[in-house]
Amino acid sequence: MTDRAIRAADEPVPVVELVDVVKTYPAFPPVRAIDGVGLRVNPGELFAIVGQSGSGKSTLLNLAGALDRPTSGVVRIDGDDVSRLSDARLSSLRGRRIGFVFQQFVLIDGLSALGNVATALIYRGMPAADRRARALAALERVGLGHRARHRPGELSGGEQQRVAIARALVGDPSIVLADEPTGNVDHSTGQQLVQLLHDLHRDGATIGVVTHDLAFASALHRVVTIRDGRIESDSGTGAPQ
Amino acid sequence: MSGSTPVSRLRTRDGLAIAFTSLRTRRLRATLTGAGVAIGIAAMVAVFGVSTSSQADLLATLDALGTDLLTVKPGQSYLGAETALPVSAPGAIRRVGAVEQAAATAELKATVRRTDYVPSSQTGGIRVAATEVSLLDTLQGQLAGGRFLDNASTEYPAVVLGAIAARRLGIDGLEEHPSVWLGENWFAVVGVLQPLPLAPEIDSTALIGFPAAEKVLGAEPTSVRTTTVYVRTRPDTIDDIRGVLPRTANPESPEAVRISRPSDALAARAAVNTTFTALLLGLGAVALLVGGVGIANVMVIAVLERRSEIGLRRALGATRRHIRAQFLLEAIVLSGIGGLVGVSIGGGITVVFAANRDWPVVMPPKVLAAATTLAVLVGALAGLYPAARAARLQPAEAVRPR
Repeated sequence: MTDRAIRAADEPVPVVELVDVVKTYPAFPPVRAIDGVGLRVNPGELFAIVGQSGSGKSTLLNLAGALDRPTSGVVRIDGDDVSRLSDARLSSLRGRRIGFVFQQFVLIDGLSALGNVATALIYRGMPAADRRARALAALERVGLGHRARHRPGELSGGEQQRVAIARALVGDPSIVLADEPTGNVDHSTGQQLVQLLHDLHRDGATIGVVTHDLAFASALHRVVTIRDGRIESDSGTGAPQ
Repeated sequence: MSGSTPVSRLRTRDGLAIAFTSLRTRRLRATLTGAGVAIGIAAMVAVFGVSTSSQADLLATLDALGTDLLTVKPGQSYLGAETALPVSAPGAIRRVGAVEQAAATAELKATVRRTDYVPSSQTGGIRVAATEVSLLDTLQGQLAGGRFLDNASTEYPAVVLGAIAARRLGIDGLEEHPSVWLGENWFAVVGVLQPLPLAPEIDSTALIGFPAAEKVLGAEPTSVRTTTVYVRTRPDTIDDIRGVLPRTANPESPEAVRISRPSDALAARAAVNTTFTALLLGLGAVALLVGGVGIANVMVIAVLERRSEIGLRRALGATRRHIRAQFLLEAIVLSGIGGLVGVSIGGGITVVFAANRDWPVVMPPKVLAAATTLAVLVGALAGLYPAARAARLQPAEAVRPR
């Protein structure tokens, strides 16, 4: 709250804010996966985090998405300090403010595309009928309304990732974080997914993407390059369009 | 600060739906795992059902036979010598007020054979005994064919065979007026008895009249000594009668008289069944325990396999408690379904088994409820550790691609 108070009046509250964040993993010697990172993401941004394998970009994404807590430093999501929240509050914050897209889709085999998307609302205690209505709308938004009844096994890789993106969007999160969303699909399918992310961004979504795809990254307003747990370069705070 | 974010919550119905979906997608594994519990529960329910049904049958038999029959037999004297009942015993017993009927039998040193060509050593274990005509009524026995001894036929070489005696002598009908070689004479078989559950010794006995024993077999009256008196009393006075019978039968040495109540032997059989049942129930419990260990085992594997699902759910807002509840519920549902299947199998076994033996089917609903509860409990115990492990998983660790 105090941080918000001293912020300039015309400056928006960042969706995600990392201040001097350090994440170490216990080992001999301890591994500093993230070593003093500061990052601000404003509403409406579409940005990429790039870097080599092991550079710490996935760890950074997990910290930004409150899947992990920092060893030191502060992570704020919509102004809430992650390290001050109980497990129950933090879980709720993840579920409501962040939409995750994983490289390996992580769909539940026993559920239809619709069921998978609706699962994102299950931990809000929302009635089933409302969940299904919103899930169908989200599937239509990613162009999969006609595949709603299909099981993940009956969908192509690209379609599965679209279902995962619909699942990330259905709860109206403050930000969508995607970890190598095109890592498990072929090139042309990846292009379509990239186009989908651009479309969603144009409609107002805030999106952060960890990627290897430099062609995709270079087309974005903001690219954060990470190396050995530190930010090597940040092409700046891309203004919301 | 976080007041704007409501805490996650999961509806009970949604939690159950998650558990069922997980089990449905791994149907073969769920079936095999649940089978362990089903077998254990089925064994326990069947053992319980069969034993209670058999007990009910025994009690029904006891009810039908009555518990008011006593037998009076000579015991051993202080010196260990075989004693005999005094000649006056049957008459004295009959004079006791509460005695409704009494019948004396005297075992004879004679053999009975199909023909005189059969050597005398081949008795087939059939005893020969003299009896009074009141025996049939006293034992409330039924005839399989023919008639019992009456006042006329007791004088003549006529014999009534117990059920086993008739079978061993190869007599299966009276149409051809069969006779048997008894002692040194041909005796006409006039009747065959049905089995007597309260006096099984009669089943393998050939019965003749007292006068015939003396006249036809030429036995000395002193050597025809009463060996058993069957006494039918009024049920409410049976304990009193038991007390006075030794002194009545043998006033000189009442300690040399053995009184027994044949229905006690049947009741004892029911008690023995209970011990056996406890053993079998124990075996069922072991099967159930093994089933529970199987569930725990499979659930631990499931937690390892479904790390990314756990991570996903944590990312979607599930708290540690939700994850714990999900895996616990899955184990309980699995075990509970196994329990229900086991209950129906066990009940089916009981019905078939009881029907085969003409027993009444007795299956207290309490047993069925207890068995299902037990299965649920086993599932809860088995799921405790895997669920705790699933809940402990760090979200970031769980979503890490492998």
